[in-house]
Parts: sequence; C-alpha cells; structure tokens
Amino acid sequence: MTEIRIIVCAKQIPDPEAPLSDVSVDAEKLEVIVDAPQVISPFDENALEAAVRLTENMGGKITVLSLGKKVSDTVLRKSLAAGADELILLEDDQFEKLDSHSTAAALAKAIQKIGEYDLLLTGRQAGDWDSGQVGLLLGEMLGLPCISLARDITIEDGSVVVKKGIPEGYERVKAKMPALVTVSNEVGELRYISRTKMLKMIQGARSIPSWGAGEIGVASDGLQKMGIASLSSPPDMGRDCQFLEGKAEEKAEKLAAVFMGLK
Amino acid sequence: MNEVLILGEIKDGSPDLRTLELLSAGKKLSSAAGGGCSILFMGDAVSGAADKAGAYGPHKVYRVEDPLLKGFQADLWLSALEQACSQIHPSVLLMSHGFVGMELGPRLACRLNSRLSTDCIDLSIDPADGLLLRTKPVSGGNAISVFKCLGEPQLATVRGKVFPPAETGQTPGEVADIQVKIDPSMIRVESIEKVKEETVSLDKANVVVAGGAGLGEADGFELLEELAAALRKSFNNVMVGCSRVAVDKGWISSDHQVGLTGTMISPDIYVAVGISGAIQHLVGMVHSKKIIAINTDPACNMFKVADYGIVEDYEDIVPALVEKLEELS
Repeated sequence: MTEIRIIVCAKQIPDPEAPLSDVSVDAEKLEVIVDAPQVISPFDENALEAAVRLTENMGGKITVLSLGKKVSDTVLRKSLAAGADELILLEDDQFEKLDSHSTAAALAKAIQKIGEYDLLLTGRQAGDWDSGQVGLLLGEMLGLPCISLARDITIEDGSVVVKKGIPEGYERVKAKMPALVTVSNEVGELRYISRTKMLKMIQGARSIPSWGAGEIGVASDGLQKMGIASLSSPPDMGRDCQFLEGKAEEKAEKLAAVFMGLK
Repeated sequence: MNEVLILGEIKDGSPDLRTLELLSAGKKLSSAAGGGCSILFMGDAVSGAADKAGAYGPHKVYRVEDPLLKGFQADLWLSALEQACSQIHPSVLLMSHGFVGMELGPRLACRLNSRLSTDCIDLSIDPADGLLLRTKPVSGGNAISVFKCLGEPQLATVRGKVFPPAETGQTPGEVADIQVKIDPSMIRVESIEKVKEETVSLDKANVVVAGGAGLGEADGFELLEELAAALRKSFNNVMVGCSRVAVDKGWISSDHQVGLTGTMISPDIYVAVGISGAIQHLVGMVHSKKIIAINTDPACNMFKVADYGIVEDYEDIVPALVEKLEELS
C-alpha cells in the first residue's frame, strides 16, 4: 500500500475547558449556554493527530469533515494548519441539534459523496454531549469494521492495526481497510501550531467548500433532533476554600498540619 | 409484555457488581411499566453466573451460550445480542456504561433502528407514553439533560455506582436458553494479542495525589511520587492520579486519569497539583471528602471546589511539604 486516504470527522464545540462560571443553562429553551471560544472537540483533535502521523510516515491525503448548523471555518482551519489537506464543512439549518443517529447518517452521506477512502477516524466522544456514539454508528451505517478507543494506529499490508484500550490493559487488533477507528487521548495531543502558521491559514485566500443537506442527498424528514425533554443545572459542587497563607515554607508547614489533622 | 432486559456481565463466574446495579435500575422500571425485569448473559460458559443471578429475583434469566462468545469479540457479541433482542422483544434494554456497553450500544442501536442514551445516571418511565426518560450529565457535567427518544427497545447505558446493587433472597427467576447463529465469518476485527498492564486502581485509593498541565513536564510526577511516598507513612492506599492533559502530553499512563473518561473517584483526600479543574475532571473527583488544591492561578476552578488551597508554584511547596511530613510522621 502506498498512500493512504483518511477522513477525519471533527466537531466544533464551545471550549470544554471553560471555567464553570462561563456555563449556564437555559431550561426554557433547552440550551446549555457556554460563553467560551469555539474549539475542535479534544478527542477529534487526537484523531487528527493520529491521521497526520500516518500520512507523515507513508504519504496520503487527509480530508476533515465537520457538521453543524453553522461551522466556523476559522476554528476548523486549524486542521489544515496541523496537516490536513482538505476541509469540507457540512452546514445546513437542518443540521442543528441532531441526535447521534442523524448526525452519523448525514456524515455517512457526505462520506459516500467523497467516494474512496481507506480509514475513517473520529474522536471517541465529543466534549459537549459526551455521547460516544457517532463514530460507531457511522461504521455500522457504512458497513465498515469498527474499532474503538484507539491508543495507537499503524498500517500493515492494507490492514489497520490498532492498539485499543481494554479494561485489563490493551489489545492489538487488525482489520481490513476501509475501516472505522475511534480515537482516545492516549494517542497524544494535536501538534503545536505556531501563531504565524495559524494566522496565515485563517487569513488565507483558500475557499472552504460547504455542503448542505441537499448536496449530500439527505432528506429532511430523515433527520431527527436530540430528544431533550428537560435540562437543568447540576447541584452546586462549590466549597469554601480556606487559603493557607505565608511564605512558601510556611504554607507547606500549614498544609502538613492539615494532613496530620486528617489522619 | 413490557419486559425490561439487562445485559449481564460476568466476573469470576458471578454476575458483576455493575450487573446487580443494572438489575435494581431495571426492576424499578419494570414495576413502573407493569412487567418483569430479566437478565441476559452471553459467553462460552454462563450457567454458573446465570444460576447465581437467579437469587436476585429477576423475572427470567436468559442464557446465550456459544464457544465463539468466549472472551469478547465485538462483532460476534453484537450479532448474538441483536438476535437475542429479536427473540425476546424487550421494551427496554439496559447495559452498563463500561467497555462492553460502550462498544455494543451504539452499533446495536443502529442495527435495531432505535436510539441509545449513554452514561445515564437516572431512568424512569414516562407514564404518558411509556417511553424511557434518560437522565444524563452533559457538557462535561455542567448540565443535566433528560432525553426521550423513539424506538424499540428503548436503549440506555447506565453509569456505575449510581444505583444500589440488587439484593438476594427473592423468588428465583426461570432460566431460559436462547439460540443464536454466529460463525467466525462475522469477525471483521481480528485480535492479535491482549496485553495485561500493571494498572493502578484509583477507585481503591484513600488518598490521591494528582497532577495536571501545571506540572509543566513529566518530571513533575516524580515530585508527586515523593509526596505520595511521604503520605504513605500516615495513610493507607496513597496513589498518584492525573488530569487528561497529563496523559495527552505523554507524561503518565491513562490508568492514572481521573475524570469523565478516566476513573470517577471519591477518596478521603484528593490533592490536586497544577490542575486547573476542567469540568470533565471535576466530575470525577468532586465528591472526595477533602480536596486540597495547589495552583499558581488563584482564579482557577479547582479552588472553587477545594477545602484547602495554596497559591504557589508546586515546585516551591511539594519538596518542603515532603520534608515536613517526614518530620511529623
């Protein structure tokens, strides 16, 4: 096998590392409001990193797909700066708040439109709804071998070999390509992208294709929204923190005393 | 009939703890829906576990036994489970939100054209339409959502340690065998080897000393190991934990990871060193009895959930703390 064609599905979400105070719940509109910058979901970044490493080693092409009502190409252009060759946005008003099944169905249509590929990568779960379903649903819908929780991915003679996490350690598994692999964070974080490179990519003249439901052949009556019956804030987890003061040495001494008190 | 089915898992020849929790969750639902709650066991030898499960009072215990179901090959298990569902016709199927459920759940939902909710912390039946109300933390735990979806069976994976385990001493359920047709040609993903790793069991720790991005480098964990060693002179089961970022950076292995996709723990003492407190981390440790945070950023999330805080570079605190602890213990 010479060059590999990889499709990475990446979701744009509000930064899941945002401080608690930036998150609120609108129980009426059934919306979680996060006042934080949009980012690529962390496990999807891990998937992208895995893809970039594979193409660095053996050559090939990476296509990144991102689906939403409106996807920011500024956020997703980071994938191009990291080493992806092509970015396709799947944007449509009908793509708002889809359930996992419909999200996977729309992605599957777009993937069929793209045509040939060897490897389909997704993050193990998205950092907003933490459902962990779209990857495996996609694999099933496209009739692919499915491998979840990858820690490491290599290619051997037209097959993908994955070190996947299992409760007692890891399992090395192998499947014929094309295959679906969901990626876990043990793969490693997405490589550092310099500010200059990032800016160049964001301001670049390159136009990013955007496909709507009609263009990928998704019938609107085939799409279902997430069935949210109600939404509420979690119980308050806050405690009154007692700060230990003084010079470093004194703080350490006070903390040692706290430990002795908890014995 | 409104049968609630749970997928049982076996450990050392008995139903595991998660299975007993699922059974109590399932019984609550079946009594609301006016039906029974049954258990399904799959594997190469499940009779022992099936017999033992009878003591917990399920309506029925279904057995799917086949030599090919030895271990866990997902393609074969998925086909067997799909076939079992088409014979039993449960109105609800619950699985544990563990390795098996996370792997089979979405694929089964696709094959049965139903909709799954994962990692649920509460379940009930909507009396209006008989559908399952699935409560699940979302946005890393910043919000709690209740989902309702169409499809049969109604599908959910359930978080561990949320429901109490079912109790013994009830009328034993009837045991029934289910025949499925599986063969090796269904295997799409071939196992090359399984490698056991020496892993920490953070859920058994009394004290966890955890490090995050603020450590700045892998060597930071050596200091935390020294702190853990010093604490072992006064406490039992002191272990080292970490945030997801520390794993992503390759500083420490993922069995040390605390949080939503790591281990969820509530030790007596949790010491967070250089962990700012992303919500997906906090949900994994916020129920610790005492929380101590060391961080250079006084505004970070971790101090909001901590009982004791020190604003200082950990490199200036930990060595001095180790010294003091050695003196005092």
